[in-house]
Amino acid sequence: MQILDTAFSALADPTRRAILARLAQGEATVMELAEPFEITQPAISQHLKVLEDAGLIVRRVEGTRRPRRLARAGIEAMDQWLAMLRKALDKNYDRLDEVLAAMEPHRKGETR
Amino acid sequence: MSKLTLTTEGDTHVVVTRRFAAPPEAVYRAHTDPQLIQKWLLGPEGWTMPVCINEAKPGGKFRYEWTNGTGRGFYITGELLELKPYRRIVHVERMHLPDPTPDNHVETRFDADGAGTLMTMRMTLPDAQTRAAMLSTGMEHGMEASYVRLEGMI
Repeated sequence: MQILDTAFSALADPTRRAILARLAQGEATVMELAEPFEITQPAISQHLKVLEDAGLIVRRVEGTRRPRRLARAGIEAMDQWLAMLRKALDKNYDRLDEVLAAMEPHRKGETR
Repeated sequence: MSKLTLTTEGDTHVVVTRRFAAPPEAVYRAHTDPQLIQKWLLGPEGWTMPVCINEAKPGGKFRYEWTNGTGRGFYITGELLELKPYRRIVHVERMHLPDPTPDNHVETRFDADGAGTLMTMRMTLPDAQTRAAMLSTGMEHGMEASYVRLEGMI
């Protein structure tokens, strides 16, 4: 649960969400990731560290480059968790469908 | 019937929408009449709501208590801020685990959609951290409607 908490906290920041959206299209270096933003490379590196600690991205060593990509396991763990939340909510509303179907139709002109 | 959508909005909101076959009057009543609430607002299989109080008036209070029958349980308390019959409910709520979570400000709208209803529930948490905590732990305790859609975001 702790890692999920960290992952959701990591997602609370719009820059980090944008970084993830970029990485969803494929691997990228810090420089490439910093390009679309009006912030410094160290600031981007700080965001990358948060995402890495949250298990959402991983880095690869390639000579002097350290390209980042999405961490499949971390992303899938979040997806699964959200699917579970969604299922529990779905269950509530499926029950509500049944409650509504069993309710007396509201009489015309009744204002209560 | 189109099903649930769950999205985050900005840093502090969570928005849930769901369509129902019944008209807004019925869906609104199912959200304000304790006898009806008790039948559906139960969360995962195995949980029941032995206590369901809802004063259903502006300024009124509500309290929902859940148990899974094996000694685990928790409750939510809240205040109703606005009630516009069949259209809109605005309330604040917090979960007691047993320490209270930060207030969740919730607006629920019921809009006619053909012969049915489009329900839109918009939650506002005090800050991004609280929303993150709610998303990661909310359902563990059964109930809190707290979701996000990752498709499109990742």
